[in-house]
Amino acid sequence: MLVANDTISLFINGAERHVATHPGRRLSEVLREDLDLKSVKIGCDAGDCGACTVLIDGAQHCACLAPVIQAEGCQIETLEATEAVLVQRLQTAFLNHGAAQCGICTPGMMVAAMDLLRTVPQPSESQVQDALGGVLCRCTGYRKIIDAVMDVGETPLRRGVDGPVVGQSIPRLDGQPKVDGTEVFGADFVPEGALLIRAVRSPHFHAEFAFGDLTAWAATHPGVKAVITANDIAGENAFGVIPPLADQPALARGHVRYAGEPVALVAGEPDDVEALNLSDFPVSWAPQPHSLTEIEGAASGASLVHEDRPENTLIRGNVTCGTPDEALDAATHVVTGRFETSYVEHAYIEPEAGAAWMDADVLTIQACTQAPVMDQEETAKVLGLPKNKVRIIPSAAGGGFGAKLDLTLQPLLGLGVLKTGKPCYMVFSRTESMKASTKRHPGTMEASIGADASGRIQAMVFHGDFNTGAYASWGPTVATRVPVHASGPYLTQNYRATSRAIHTNGPTAGAFRGFGVPQAAITQELLYDELATKCGLDRLAFRRDNALADGDRTPCGQVLQAVGMRDCLDALAPHWDRAGEEAAAFNAVHKDRKRGIGIASCWYGCGNTALPNPSTIRMGITPDGRLKLHQGATDIGQGANTVIAQIAADSLGIEIGAIELIGPDTALTPDCGKTSASRQTFITGRAAEAAGKALRDVILRQTNLRDLTKLALGEGVLIASDGSTERTIALGDLAADEHGYVLSVEETYDPPTTTLDENGQGTPYAIYGYGAQIAEVEVDLKLGTTKVIHITAAHDVGRAINPLLAEGQIEGGIAQGLGLALMEEYIPGKTEDLHNYLIPTIGDVPPITSILIEKPDPEGPMGAKGLGEHVLIPTAPAILNAIRDASGAKITKVPALPHRVLAAIKAAQP
Amino acid sequence: MAASSSYQRPDTLDEALAILAEGDWQVAAGCTDILPATQRKVLDGPIVDITAIDELRGITRTDDGLRIGATTTWTDIIKADLPPAFDGLKLAAREVGATQIQNRGTLAGNLCNASPAADGVPPLLTLDAMVEVSAADHMEQVPLAAFLTGPRQTALRQGEMVSAIQIPTAAMSGQGHFLKLGARRYLVISVAMTAARIVAVDGVVTEAALAVGSCGPVATRLPEVEAALIGRPLDVDQITDAAVGAALKPIDDIRASGAYRTNSAAELLRRTVEAV
Repeated sequence: MLVANDTISLFINGAERHVATHPGRRLSEVLREDLDLKSVKIGCDAGDCGACTVLIDGAQHCACLAPVIQAEGCQIETLEATEAVLVQRLQTAFLNHGAAQCGICTPGMMVAAMDLLRTVPQPSESQVQDALGGVLCRCTGYRKIIDAVMDVGETPLRRGVDGPVVGQSIPRLDGQPKVDGTEVFGADFVPEGALLIRAVRSPHFHAEFAFGDLTAWAATHPGVKAVITANDIAGENAFGVIPPLADQPALARGHVRYAGEPVALVAGEPDDVEALNLSDFPVSWAPQPHSLTEIEGAASGASLVHEDRPENTLIRGNVTCGTPDEALDAATHVVTGRFETSYVEHAYIEPEAGAAWMDADVLTIQACTQAPVMDQEETAKVLGLPKNKVRIIPSAAGGGFGAKLDLTLQPLLGLGVLKTGKPCYMVFSRTESMKASTKRHPGTMEASIGADASGRIQAMVFHGDFNTGAYASWGPTVATRVPVHASGPYLTQNYRATSRAIHTNGPTAGAFRGFGVPQAAITQELLYDELATKCGLDRLAFRRDNALADGDRTPCGQVLQAVGMRDCLDALAPHWDRAGEEAAAFNAVHKDRKRGIGIASCWYGCGNTALPNPSTIRMGITPDGRLKLHQGATDIGQGANTVIAQIAADSLGIEIGAIELIGPDTALTPDCGKTSASRQTFITGRAAEAAGKALRDVILRQTNLRDLTKLALGEGVLIASDGSTERTIALGDLAADEHGYVLSVEETYDPPTTTLDENGQGTPYAIYGYGAQIAEVEVDLKLGTTKVIHITAAHDVGRAINPLLAEGQIEGGIAQGLGLALMEEYIPGKTEDLHNYLIPTIGDVPPITSILIEKPDPEGPMGAKGLGEHVLIPTAPAILNAIRDASGAKITKVPALPHRVLAAIKAAQP
Repeated sequence: MAASSSYQRPDTLDEALAILAEGDWQVAAGCTDILPATQRKVLDGPIVDITAIDELRGITRTDDGLRIGATTTWTDIIKADLPPAFDGLKLAAREVGATQIQNRGTLAGNLCNASPAADGVPPLLTLDAMVEVSAADHMEQVPLAAFLTGPRQTALRQGEMVSAIQIPTAAMSGQGHFLKLGARRYLVISVAMTAARIVAVDGVVTEAALAVGSCGPVATRLPEVEAALIGRPLDVDQITDAAVGAALKPIDDIRASGAYRTNSAAELLRRTVEAV
């Protein structure tokens, strides 16, 4: 028997490489760690996501499932190590089509595509789907990936045209590293000599715990350098996203409130710590009674998750206007319903990962995040450091969708560095990520809506109980947003919507694309279909008749402007007619399969609800003639790096290629707030617009010109012209400021909102976006299965800064909405991997027709409104309405799994 | 032969069987089940990796029928030129995970993993598959239904491994088909799946093999339903909900209710037979 590691030879793109390693080590690890082929991404270590797809002897494999010895002597190709020509064409096609958003799945997608394209140079859609079916993407909705793979050829990279770029579908400015595999995600940078940190987590939903002899345990485990517990926390061991409600310990002290809560950290030599079996860690658990659903948490006698929150109630929300009860009584037609939604997992393909180290006396943390400044503030608070002694460098984020807003591993990394004095890194496993991260709030919602004889909405009463899980997180935001939005984008003058966020011992529910509004929209939009039917009106026409319009008051009493709701519905009307005719024709000749169509609308306020949430943009010109845009809005794939730069370029009046992007980085970029609430295009966009204009004014003053028709930068010079006079400024002659700029500006924008009174009256948002979607589905009446055939989406974006990226948001949101409707149900303790928790694959997302409506909002940058969350809201109710249209099935609990649909079909039969 | 203390990769079956005779080793091939089962970055032993054993790979015709070597992958099945009786097995192969999994995963591993939702089992049951079990001192052919003794349980004893799957000549006639029902298109564990192989002579069914998976602790043949099909022109109405339901023991789980499984298995089975 040999005891030493074997030397294994691999042929990496034809070149023989030798590695000394354990023969059973995952090939993915060897490629990433020993051969530095970091395009091989680790999303699950289980063959469920395909992010590590490589070619072995020309065939696609999940590198995580191959013991390295099985690749001995084989030809291995990764995105960065393969034939250049095909990859170059794929890169161009992916960039042109916007097929890479966050970029974490992109290498796997491209490698799987290579496997196909070598044998099938011009594949069909179904061939692409079959070949790429093993790679999951959570951002794009897959359609642009399919388009890209079908369009690999000689097409050159699409560049921006000369002149203004707002409104142009330029490829994303940060796209190249995403398509060549060099993007640095959380797990892709580990400082030299860094220790690995692993967390010891609770196996129980609710328990008291005590440690045994930690010192003795550490001493008997070689390589372990430190064991860290709550006793090591010098600051306040309670973080949160809403400071007065901060309640989540970085490491629990004696008491855990959910399964997966960290209680200790082990830091040490990576190989040793990786190999630790933590089941012998000295901790004893005393399980306590627990609740997992909002109904259990709200039950009388349920044990309190937090002693100071009676009835397990974190917060209640309320918006009331008019006389809802009287108006309901007087209504001609009234519908009432109760709906339930499930926990939904964000399922970004990149599990949380990052590294931290000391840079002089500054703790520097590079990790995936959506909220660098909050990370900085909260981590400093937990660690007992001044804010300026913590620096956050967001790594590329391999998806976020809301769950990377909360602190995840940042304080844990900091604790490791402070305790050991060494750089540290941490990479969550898929299961760890799913246990530890936040989820979409499950909701139990009841509503009644009344209309008069002509089909005009008279009143709505709504209540939603939301399971907010173990800690506060964004529970208050959901409890506030839902009552503001539960009417849908329809004029509702008598209204009462209440909400309650209920603590349980389930995973903490936080932010997830829409903050509770998608759940409420299911309730409201399904009831609207019933109401339209009762009124004898076409379902689209009924919505159009009741849609909000300019000058209407919302239930909060806010008078709206720039409402594009009717424009969206009008744009959908011909599609609605076409889809209805096609469904009828299909149904005339099919018995066991029936098609149906459904429609639903959305509205969504952009930015924080009734709270300040400013963004600040800095722009500067260096003495050597470089223009830098300090862009602090984290781009988690949605496109802020591109959109903000487009706005800044046009506002200043310079070619976009002249702009160099800086950041995000808390040491380099002013605060642009969180990438949440569909706020970056609007709020950071406004700051960028203001900064561009301010810099333009600075240049006008500097050059004594009245107008700028041409602005260019050269080596150490700025050349400006008003059309008749051209001036050249020698930048080196000007004094540089503290940031090294000779000309610079910094501009802040904070949307004008007001607080809401006890009835929810006020101005919660400065801007709203609107949209509506049609779903066409086919339901198998015998099996209860649903196939979505087509989605048509019309969204009022005010101004499409980048139509390609806007379509990418629409398609990605629809894919997540489809998952919410049909398959996604996170069950604590049961679906903690991507094998049992299902998200849509490339074969599940139908063709999508996107229609961009541009009704400019005077408050938005160049008229633009937010879009990122809006797009998910109508999808699920549109699909559910289509299922009912096809089959009669009235779905009251999502996801509409086949057994639920079949039961509903049977219940609907006479 | 590559080796480390706990990871052996022999070149011959005899070597593998000799190692297995020494103690409690786990056999590894495509690793699509055993690597996901560990959170580790290495497949830590004791492991006998059988993928270097040439004699175990591939599909060969024998005097008795067809021999599918233990390391034959799903992709090997998809690419193989096989009679129409194997169409169900080929369809099942295309439904295993996605291409990456089909390129690594083996039929024999699918049997040894013994998941109630193993995609390969229903079509192999309709092919009257025999499992060739080898050990250092013996070799035997075990009917697949006897090999699978329960969820995640097989008849394999210590020192034994599966060296091949044998399809008898008698079961290679007729036309096969397979359907899988799940909540998404790719990478999905089935809610229910059905396989059929039908032999008809002059329009009359002379032989019928039907199997259902994911609807009980192990996939199962349905002899009573099969009998009802034989001796008449193909008539799917003979596949009644009651008869199918009587043969199944489905459970409620995260994917579906047991009652739904029974209902859908009968419907799927009718469609499977109809498509033959």
